[in-house]
Amino acid sequence: MTASSREVYRDAVLDLLPQDERLVCLDSDTGLFDAAAFPERYVNLGIAEHTLMGAAAGLAKSGRMPLVNTMAAFASSRANEAVKIDIALNDLPVRIAATHSGVSAGHLGPTHHALEDLAVMRTLPNMTVVVPADGPQTGTLFRQSLHVRGPVYLRLGRNATPELPDAPPVTLGLAQVLRDGPDVTLAACGPYPVLAALDAADALAEEGVRASVLNVHTVKPLDVATIAAHAERSGVVVTVEEHWRNAGFGAAVAESLAEIAPSLVLRVAMPDAFVPVSGGQRYLAERGGVTSAAVAAKARLALRRDPR
Amino acid sequence: MTTTIDAPPAAGTAARIREHVVNLCASPEGGHLGGSMSLAEILATLYTRVLRVDPLDPARPDRDVLLLSKGHGGLALYAALTEAGFFPADRLDEYARPGSEFTAHPHAEIPGVEMPSGSLGHGLALAVGFALGFRLDGADRRCFVVMGDGELQEGSVWEAASVAAAQRLDSVVAIVDRNRLQITGATETIDALEPLADRWSAFGWTVRQVDGHSCEELEAALTEAPVDGRPTVVIAHTVKGKGIPFVEDQPRSHYAKLGERQHAKALAALRRGAAS
Repeated sequence: MTASSREVYRDAVLDLLPQDERLVCLDSDTGLFDAAAFPERYVNLGIAEHTLMGAAAGLAKSGRMPLVNTMAAFASSRANEAVKIDIALNDLPVRIAATHSGVSAGHLGPTHHALEDLAVMRTLPNMTVVVPADGPQTGTLFRQSLHVRGPVYLRLGRNATPELPDAPPVTLGLAQVLRDGPDVTLAACGPYPVLAALDAADALAEEGVRASVLNVHTVKPLDVATIAAHAERSGVVVTVEEHWRNAGFGAAVAESLAEIAPSLVLRVAMPDAFVPVSGGQRYLAERGGVTSAAVAAKARLALRRDPR
Repeated sequence: MTTTIDAPPAAGTAARIREHVVNLCASPEGGHLGGSMSLAEILATLYTRVLRVDPLDPARPDRDVLLLSKGHGGLALYAALTEAGFFPADRLDEYARPGSEFTAHPHAEIPGVEMPSGSLGHGLALAVGFALGFRLDGADRRCFVVMGDGELQEGSVWEAASVAAAQRLDSVVAIVDRNRLQITGATETIDALEPLADRWSAFGWTVRQVDGHSCEELEAALTEAPVDGRPTVVIAHTVKGKGIPFVEDQPRSHYAKLGERQHAKALAALRRGAAS
């Protein structure tokens, strides 16, 4: 474990804000920032997420690049119409840093979980959707996101998650190939899903099954070329995400592959249900079935059903 | 200010805005008649006497910003923009035609439209952002937000009103088109807004009340310097459907498709009104 993605993001903001006149940090009483650390371009608007998104649009329209800070649940659901109409419709360069995504809010309960945000954000035209898989790549992807023309949704977690071992350089928009194997494609999105895919690949390797593991940190635009290339070779794909199974990352992969590289796509995702209990992020994700064992089992099932 | 003593009298512009609106409501799709007619003097005064805008350079960096938060006043905004010279009047004929950018609610591609609108309760939050930007730039620009009174039933209005005051955004001027009607009836019987002035005062705003059909009163209220650190709201008392006796002050004027006879009757009423 190192720093959480939200802390890495915060440190990057502290670093970049003095250097880049365009950046304005708009906060909604998250407590992530120490206002005293900023000379000027930090504004805490209070607990007002619709106003936060609308104000970000107005600021962007007057030439700035607002960095908007709230929790993923509030960014994607509570403030959704302002994100849609004020930010996405106008294709404005707002960066939405959404913390506590997935079940990373843990014991805070279902009001604070965001298991719908990928579905919501990826359906909005003009929106770029980024899900870093660990702390270090959060910093890289956030910095790269400043070069995106339109709005960006940055899906961050609450607590530190393990660093990915031996990961190659990360580039926004391109799936990161962590393992390259011809038999099955494991496409994962988010910290614990990517770790589950890596562990599953190890387990499968012991059985002689060679898996590709893709860290698909950019959900929109989806790197269909890389995913399709691996899917065409293996014929079977298992997707992994910390998001409701409907309309999320796995659905995005299935939609794209159905059109250009028909493959058997099996999804490992959170069930179509609210999380009914307390617990930490990893506990709740595993309780929801997002585990390396589930990924390996789906891969074995897919291989048995592979029509080729 | 680009306006000078030679600027056209706002009242004449208001009359022409009404005529455009009536003509557009006689088009095949009809349009939002009542809430556009109540806006005529407000928009005419803004564009002829108040706003620093340049029709030849709509994106001019030092421009004032006008947001029509009550997007269903789109026809009046299009009419005001053509009267201000942002685009030729014959472009209004495109309204609601298949493939046209002239949608009933303001479309961002129309010259002079700052932001699209239509879903109520968005303008004031946008204004907070514009005003924060003006302050960071050290610019003497202002952001005017025209809202409907029914729109004030949206919670997001009051969220943004509170934030605007907390952030001391005195470059924000809200204008409430207080025509007292919404689609199904009187605001006061559906979700009462009164005491409206007290509500805004309680939120930390400077409140000014005017006859929303008096260009002189509107100009005075809209050009008066703000109280330092406080946003301003101008409550403009108006009549929905103003200028057409057979729809004035009636909720059904909200959306109308005028037939040939009604169209002629409405135009005749406007000419009588202009002559009186």
